[in-house]
Amino acid sequence: MRAYVKLEINPSAGPALRASAAESPLVRLGMRVQAAARESMQTAGFIGEVLLASLRLLRGKSGMRGVDLWRQIDQTGPLSIPIVALTCSLVGLMLAYMGGSQLDRMGAQVYIADVVTVGMVRELAGLMTGMILAGRVGSAYAAQIATMKAGEEIDALRVLGVDPIDHLVMPRLLALVIVAPLIMAYAGTLGVLAGLVPATLVYGVSASEYLHRAVQALTWTHLWIGLFKGTLYAALLSLAGCREGLYAGRNAQAVGQATTAGVVKGLVWIITAACGTTVVFQSLGF
Amino acid sequence: MNIETAAAPPVVQVQGLMVSHGDQVVLRDISFEIQPREVFVILGASGSGKSSLLRYLIGLQPPTVGHVLIEGRDLYAGTDAEQQQLRRRFGVMFQAGALWSAMSVGENVMLPLQMFTQHRRAERERRAHHKLALVGLGDAFDLMPAELSGGMRKRAALARALSLDPPLLFLDEPGSGLDPLNATKLDALVLQLRNELATTVVMVTHDIDSALGVADRLLFLDETEQTMTALDTPQALLQHGPQRVLDFLRRGRRDLPLAGVGVDGADGRVVAAAAAAAAAAEVEGLPLRPAAVQVGS
Repeated sequence: MRAYVKLEINPSAGPALRASAAESPLVRLGMRVQAAARESMQTAGFIGEVLLASLRLLRGKSGMRGVDLWRQIDQTGPLSIPIVALTCSLVGLMLAYMGGSQLDRMGAQVYIADVVTVGMVRELAGLMTGMILAGRVGSAYAAQIATMKAGEEIDALRVLGVDPIDHLVMPRLLALVIVAPLIMAYAGTLGVLAGLVPATLVYGVSASEYLHRAVQALTWTHLWIGLFKGTLYAALLSLAGCREGLYAGRNAQAVGQATTAGVVKGLVWIITAACGTTVVFQSLGF
Repeated sequence: MNIETAAAPPVVQVQGLMVSHGDQVVLRDISFEIQPREVFVILGASGSGKSSLLRYLIGLQPPTVGHVLIEGRDLYAGTDAEQQQLRRRFGVMFQAGALWSAMSVGENVMLPLQMFTQHRRAERERRAHHKLALVGLGDAFDLMPAELSGGMRKRAALARALSLDPPLLFLDEPGSGLDPLNATKLDALVLQLRNELATTVVMVTHDIDSALGVADRLLFLDETEQTMTALDTPQALLQHGPQRVLDFLRRGRRDLPLAGVGVDGADGRVVAAAAAAAAAAEVEGLPLRPAAVQVGS
C-alpha cells in the first residue's frame, strides 16, 4: 500500500530517483546488499519448498510423476559418463605423476597408489564429477526451466494446481542424486586405474604392487565420505540449476542469464561444500 | 443475447480488485460479474493490464486488495483441497499456448485428466482424441509442440484447457500471432464452444475485430485512468460508449475489407456474435468478418 501512495504522488519520479541514487557508490553498495539479501531469502524459501516436497514424496503425497524421473535419469546419467570418465582419468594420471615426483625424492614411490586412491575416491572424483555435471546438467536444468517459465508452461502447471517443485524440481534433483554416486564411483575407479600408467612407466612401481596398495588404501571411511560428498555436490548443483530456472525472468535474455547463473552458482556451492565437508570430516577424525 | 442473466448466479465476480506489478499499481477498483454462458471480453491497449488482471482471475496472483470469486467462492480462500477443486472448474489457454514442450500434444491434453481423474489410460486417450478433434487437430495426438504451427499450437492449448470439461474458460489473447484467417477460425471456435458446450468464456484481447465478433459484453481497461472505464454490450459501447473507447475501437481496427453478414441455416436465428458484428458494421470504418457471424439452430 505504501508503494501505491508513492506512485500516486508522482508516478514518473521513480526512474529519476533511481538514476540519481545510482550515482552514489554508497547507495549502490546498499542496493547490492539489498539485492543479495533478497536473493538469499529466495534461495532459503526455495530450499524450504524442496524440503516440503521431499516430505510429501516420503509420505506418498507428491505430484511427481515416475515417468519424469526416469526421463531425467536417462538424460543425465549415460550421456555424462564419457566426459566424466575422460576428465577423471586425466586427473588420476596427473595426480600420480605429480605425487610420484614428490614421493620419488624420498624413495617412497610405492605410496603413489595410496595418494591417488585416497585423493580420487575421497575428494577428487566427487569434485570433478560435480563440476562437470554442473556445466553439463546444471546448465541444462536452468535453461529448461527458464524456457518453460518464459513460455508460461510453469503458469499452466500452477493453474492446474500442480506444484512446479513436485513436477519439475524433484525429478531432476532425485535423478542426479541417484545417478551421480554411480558416475562418481565409475570415475574414481578410472582415476585410480589411470594412475597406474605413470606409476609403472615413470616411477617403476609394478602393476600388482600398485593395485595391492590401492586396495589396502581404500577404506570404507574414504568410500562413504567420497560417496556422501558426491551426492551432496549433485544435490547442490541440481538445486542451483532449478532455482535459477524457476526465478528467471520471462524473456529469452533471462534464459541465458539463468543458465549462466545456474552454472556459476552450482560451482560456487560445490566448492564451498567441498571445503566445508573436508574441514568437518578432518576435524571429526574421519 | 442468449445468456442467462436473470436467474443464474454469476460465474465470476471481481470485487474492488487492485492489480499491480510488484510495487507498481496497474489497475484499481476493478469490479464486475460474468454470467453463465457469457462471452466476456476484456479489452484494452497493450500495457493496460489485461493479462495482469487475468493472472488474478486464474489463481496465479493473490490480490492484496479485493476479491475474486468463482461460482460464489473466493478463489484464494479455503484449504488447498478446496482451492484445487475450484481450479478444476476452469480451463486456461495462455497467450503463447504454453504447451508442455517435453510432452506430445496428446500427453499435454491427457495430463490434467491423469492428475485429476481416475480414468484409465485408454479412456484418457479417448477423451484427449475427442478434444483434439473438437479443435480440428484430430491427427496431432502424437506430434510434439515444436512440430505445430502457431495456430495449431493455440488450438492444442484450447483442447488442453477443455480436457476436464470446465464450465468456465479463460483465453489470453487467442488471436495474437495468428494471421487474420486463423484468428477468425479461432473466434468461430470460441462461439461454437459457448453454443454447443454452454461454456462461459472470458477472453482477454486487444484485437478489436475479435472482441466485437464474439463478445456478449466488453470490459474496457484504460491505461491512463488505471481502471475500467466501460462495461457494456458491444452495440451499446459502439453507440453510446465513452469517447475514449470509441477512439480506441476506431484506431485499433484491422485492415480488413468490410464484409456483409452472411446468414444461412434452417431457421436463421442469429446469435449474439452476429448481432454484435452487425452493430459494429453500423459504425463507420469498423470491419466485419464473415466468420464472426454464427447461425443458431
